[in-house]
Amino acid sequence: MQYLVSVIDDKSNPGSTDRRPAISAFNERLIAEGYWVFSGGLADTDAATVIDNRGEPAVFSDGPFVESKEYLAGIWVWEAPDLDVALKLAAEASKVCDRKIEVRPFL
Amino acid sequence: MIDAREAITRAHEEEWARVIAALTRRFGDLDIAEEAAAEAFAAAVERWPADGVPPNPGAWLTTTANRKAIDRIRRENKRDDKHKEAQTVYGNDPPEPVGAIDDDRLRLIFTCCHPALAMQTRVALTLRMVGGLTVPEIARAYLVAETAMGQRITRAKTKIKAARIPYRVPSAEDLPARVSGVLAVLYLVFNEGYLATGPDTDPLRPDLTAEAIRLTRLIRGLMPGDGEVAGLLALMLLTEARRTARVSAGGDLVPLAEQDRGAWDAGLIAEGHRLVRERLAATAAGAAPGRYQILAAINAVHTSARDIRDTDWSQVLALYDQLIRLDPSPIIALNRAIAVAEFDGPQVALAAVDRLEDTLAGYHAYHATRADLLRRLGRGQQACAAYDKAIELAGNTAETAYLTRRRDQLR
Repeated sequence: MQYLVSVIDDKSNPGSTDRRPAISAFNERLIAEGYWVFSGGLADTDAATVIDNRGEPAVFSDGPFVESKEYLAGIWVWEAPDLDVALKLAAEASKVCDRKIEVRPFL
Repeated sequence: MIDAREAITRAHEEEWARVIAALTRRFGDLDIAEEAAAEAFAAAVERWPADGVPPNPGAWLTTTANRKAIDRIRRENKRDDKHKEAQTVYGNDPPEPVGAIDDDRLRLIFTCCHPALAMQTRVALTLRMVGGLTVPEIARAYLVAETAMGQRITRAKTKIKAARIPYRVPSAEDLPARVSGVLAVLYLVFNEGYLATGPDTDPLRPDLTAEAIRLTRLIRGLMPGDGEVAGLLALMLLTEARRTARVSAGGDLVPLAEQDRGAWDAGLIAEGHRLVRERLAATAAGAAPGRYQILAAINAVHTSARDIRDTDWSQVLALYDQLIRLDPSPIIALNRAIAVAEFDGPQVALAAVDRLEDTLAGYHAYHATRADLLRRLGRGQQACAAYDKAIELAGNTAETAYLTRRRDQLR
């Protein structure tokens, strides 16, 4: 079972910026224990572009698809046997990243 | 055929959770289990009066429900072969190794009370899957539209399946926290029955308190060694024992001090006291009591006094002190102050209550307690103002009636 694990930051109350070494160490462990599928931090939402090509011509707009105080700062994809395992890892991830974490199953 | 009807009622009480639990384990799907169990009971209603009650009703129901579930899966598989694969894979997961406590109903309870579900959803799902209440019954109990309640339960089943909330008893290290989550759900059901909220509902809902007690008894049977389970059951029994004395013929709430103690249910009190003694013995042997055990002990002190004047207030206070060390919440501090009023007098208690204003100003019991203390101190005008505030915030009809009567006596 795969889960999308989102790291959520808050513009008005951002998490600390010194978490990289801890996150790297956590990733090493996720890999060693077989949970890690993918991970990556994301650039600021200002760097996002939304494309809508449902009608002609394609429309490009600057910025994220939704402006909000809370935003996606990074993601993981984990392989875990069930939600309890994923939630336990997510609780650790929240500490490691100093940010909120959302766990959502893939279909 | 009254026999058949009685047998069905009893089977529903005793076997519903067992049938759902066994089917969920076998098919890995709460929705299939729920539908098949409901169909099996419908078949019993149809067949038992004519064919007679089977010698083993539980086995009959499980077999019938199994057959209904397989029929449904076959029907769906004709439409969707992929679904069948998923079904088989999940359904054939080897059972997780568990400790001494292994009962499918426990798995069911832990799944329904999973922390990834919203509290109200846990309550609804537990009443449906473990308690066997129908969706309209649950909707009525919580004054929610039937369709909304149905959707809440359907969404929960979807989440359990999509997110793969596991169907198992948590590991030993997670067990205390998860049991406490289950007990919180049952206590919430009980409290809603004990002091129902809303202007259009009966002040007491014995259906809900009875269901909470029944489910807690079930868990007690499954986890007889758990102190907090015993504590919560004792707390519920000792509270339920006073139910009929708690509301007057006129529909007013009757406070503990004014209740007719002869109307208390001696059988429930005896059972509650037995449980409390069992836990006191365990505590003496070194077990640390949790909050339900301490609350049960406080209620045991109250229910041991034949008259309010015989209450051992020093022991009540000592128990509250113990509780506050465990859970320093303002609501417990408020309840402690009520005991202080009896032990050290209303003046000392009022000072303690006033210190809670910052956190409890929006809570009706804070104002009701202040009002009572001010009244006893002869500060009528301030008491009236506090009663007004309490009436404004109270959600229970009997409580509002009591507070209004008390206020009007001061005018």
